[in-house]
Amino acid sequence: MNNFEYARASDVADAVRRIAADPAAKFIAGGTNLIDLMKENVARPSRLIDITHLPLDKVEETKDGGLRIGALVPNSDLAHHPQIEARYPLLASAILAGASQQLRNMASTGGNLLQRTRCFYFYDTTTPCNKREPGSGCSAIEGINRNHAILGTSEHCIATHPSDMCVALAALEARVLATGKGGERSIAFADFHRLPVDTPQTDSNLRADEIITAVELPPKGFAGNYSYLKIRDRLSYAFALVSIAAGLELEGGTIKAARLALGGVAHKPWRVPEAEAQLSGAPATRESFQRAAETVLRGARGFGHNDFKIELARRGILRALAQAARGTPQSQSDKRIK
Amino acid sequence: MAQSSAAARKGPEKFAKPAKMTVALRVNGVERKLTVAPWTTLLDALRLHLDLTGTKKGCDHGQCGACTVLVDGRRINSCLTLAVMKEGAQVTTIEGLARGTMLHPLQQAFIEHDAFQCGYCTPGQICSAAGLIAEGKARTADDIRELMSGNICRCGAYPNIVAAIEEVMFGKAAPKSGEARR
Repeated sequence: MNNFEYARASDVADAVRRIAADPAAKFIAGGTNLIDLMKENVARPSRLIDITHLPLDKVEETKDGGLRIGALVPNSDLAHHPQIEARYPLLASAILAGASQQLRNMASTGGNLLQRTRCFYFYDTTTPCNKREPGSGCSAIEGINRNHAILGTSEHCIATHPSDMCVALAALEARVLATGKGGERSIAFADFHRLPVDTPQTDSNLRADEIITAVELPPKGFAGNYSYLKIRDRLSYAFALVSIAAGLELEGGTIKAARLALGGVAHKPWRVPEAEAQLSGAPATRESFQRAAETVLRGARGFGHNDFKIELARRGILRALAQAARGTPQSQSDKRIK
Repeated sequence: MAQSSAAARKGPEKFAKPAKMTVALRVNGVERKLTVAPWTTLLDALRLHLDLTGTKKGCDHGQCGACTVLVDGRRINSCLTLAVMKEGAQVTTIEGLARGTMLHPLQQAFIEHDAFQCGYCTPGQICSAAGLIAEGKARTADDIRELMSGNICRCGAYPNIVAAIEEVMFGKAAPKSGEARR
């Protein structure tokens, strides 16, 4: 790690003031990604601003009947929070599909959103990477790209977003609350993360002087019919090759509302509202699921090693929607896929 | 540590030399004060500053779990947190689990079930298992396997590690997947 200065923020305003004063500074909460990146010399902050003492660790009901999750709520606490277990089990399941319990105990809600890609060229400082060093080139496009994106890629970057939690938050249409010099604003989850386009060094639309203070969930949690299906090389403690968050609202055999988001396939959680609209009003059958899968994966493109992800995603979508429709969500403990 | 290609071209970066900081930790029930640089991980603080070398440095990147300790009762990877961030925290390491000459039940069970070969991952496995038991979420052997997946054992002692934890949690082998136990 490089030398850096360490300071504790006393409140949110102080945190904003400190980050605005030093563009090379970074906030630290759980540290599970940032300290790793610092050890790899990928992140070289001048200063770490410790925000772990800020009062952002509560889960509270919102006026509209949703939940407001403080940015410092640890991933493990969130997954086991009674309100999340009961009303948003899709989110609980996605969180428990990610990382290890030690990491979930450390990792914060806000930090999970700001995780950086696990593309190994991004981590390997001896290779070109447009995300780490803009303009240097992308080593993955013609390199080893088995883990890389198949949707929303650009000629500059084919990295994926690593989070499981964010896939569920995208499906649930969460909002991100951020505070900066200009005050507080609320960002729709779909607008929070970015596609790489020609500036892959920027992962999200959070401004340099902003701090995430909370994530808000709308009242609708799809608790009756949901599934988070994560397909990976090991049964546990591995990033997704493809993951699917599915939520359905059923009336008899008919779908009233549907949510579908994919992880492991793009620079951000991948959601296609058109596919959800197709499902809405359709019978909960394999044929409907197939049509939705084709729509979600329209334009998907492999780069050689990751070509298999397109078919894997298609089958995963069918399976996750079937699990959701049956009311038998994928267990994150018994790993058999039924 | 490899220099980034950018850093190599631009020459050494200029960083101020921050002053060392004083941190108070309660480690295995004993108040400890230490003076460390801000970039000292909790793992290095334990091993290099407090001579508590039972906690192991495996990958140093949060991938192997050898550095697992309990902080305020929760299991974490001590390699991915800074000592200065843990001011006032209660830290329990493998050295703090036994009561005098009485081994912790997990230590005893690991011996009885032959739950290790080289032993390098064992302190982390045992601290992680202690955290798992305190969390109270595991009901089946599948649950134990899933919730212990952050602890790698390259000798492959997994079946015996699970058996040792099962014995401490349930007194005998846990039910198979799906048969929840109360």
